[in-house]
Amino acid sequence: MTADPLIEATGLVRRFGMVRALAGVDFRATAGEMVLLLGPNGAGKTTLLRILAGLVRPLRGTVRIAGADVHRDPGARAALGFVSHHAMVYDDLTPRENLRFHAALHGLDAAEREIDRALAAAGLSARADAPARGFSRGMLQRLSLARAALHDPVVLLLDEPFTGLDPLAAGELRGRIGDWRARDRAIVAVTHDPAELWELASRVVVLRGGTVVHDSPHPGDLQAFRTTLSGLLAA
Amino acid sequence: MRTVLRAALAIAAKDLRIETRNRTAMLTAGAFAILVQLVFVFARPPGEVSLSLLAPSVLWITFALAGLVVLNRAFLLEREQAAIEGILLAPVSRMALFWGKWLANAVLVVAVLTLAFPLWLLFFNVAPSTSLLGVYGLAVLAALGFTGAGTLFAAMTARTRYAELLLPVLLLPFLIPPIFAGASGSIRLLQERPFDEVAGWLRILVMYDVAFLATASLLFPFVVDE
Repeated sequence: MTADPLIEATGLVRRFGMVRALAGVDFRATAGEMVLLLGPNGAGKTTLLRILAGLVRPLRGTVRIAGADVHRDPGARAALGFVSHHAMVYDDLTPRENLRFHAALHGLDAAEREIDRALAAAGLSARADAPARGFSRGMLQRLSLARAALHDPVVLLLDEPFTGLDPLAAGELRGRIGDWRARDRAIVAVTHDPAELWELASRVVVLRGGTVVHDSPHPGDLQAFRTTLSGLLAA
Repeated sequence: MRTVLRAALAIAAKDLRIETRNRTAMLTAGAFAILVQLVFVFARPPGEVSLSLLAPSVLWITFALAGLVVLNRAFLLEREQAAIEGILLAPVSRMALFWGKWLANAVLVVAVLTLAFPLWLLFFNVAPSTSLLGVYGLAVLAALGFTGAGTLFAAMTARTRYAELLLPVLLLPFLIPPIFAGASGSIRLLQERPFDEVAGWLRILVMYDVAFLATASLLFPFVVDE
């Protein structure tokens, strides 16, 4: 890997009370990489993503996104899009109002055009002006994806992005992730089911107990990797 | 600086839009303000304490308690769908979030005050005079600093399970200076005493505003970061 990394994290340590969430994790991803982040519950996957996003401060270690320290330079967050378990939107606002608000926070020019495009890509054009309060989990997830990608970030952090999506929407999301990869975005996706993103991944990282126990280019055969994964998690 | 201002205005506009849509804070705080005043009217031993003596204190107690209702709501709406994280992910300083929330809170507290003020005149038989503008002005001035401290504590308590209980416990001690200065200044204004006697209390309120807004905005980033 010789290209400049879009994500470069070194020596990340984080505890929550007595619980060790990350114990010295190094992580990097370059343009066009799609990293599949796997591990059992409590392995530290979500904590790692939240630290990379600048939402949680590490006790030790640094995170640089597109060259800037995400915990010191607020401007570094312009390069980030983050989808988590929560939609990060307001139930009392419509999808269009939610996206307008995020466009304003990101200082986007010509926001209305981008918002229309994002709503169409999320399949929410028909419900663009209805309050989000009545939305299903899947519709909120689609709105969350539209919010995260609105400012066309170069780094996308996706924590269980398929939660609540129907098969059609899940297929569309896979298409978008493929498109992001083709456009040289760095993508890190956490999932419990590697099959969801296996074909699109370029690298697989496995966390256990807050440490990286496996980091390799795409291993090829999923069934063979499942056996390897079982061994890693049982060790 | 311009980025912080732009983001703060966007956050305040968003909060006020949500409030105009669901009216939760205004309806609750408005109803609360009316009830507090009514309780004081009926709890007063008739003939022993005159309404005019009681009036300035009741105004400030009503104002503080109704303000707490508004502040309690401020960060609870950010908890739904973890919406606050969407703001924290934006490429703007955490201070923009403080100033945006403060501005929306200040507007809502002043709106509740504006609603409660004519009722206070009615319930406590306060004679109309130009000094009432001064009393209203003192309350608006107090609201600016009070909402500064309140925004900081509301952000702190919003992460806890007992936000509604913790906020008054933490915030009320910090409300003693503006309530004391505001009530003292109001009494003198209503008695139409010379401005010199009010100026000292006015200065205390201005100092409170500057001190609490500066301190709260500096501490705020440490409160919202995990």
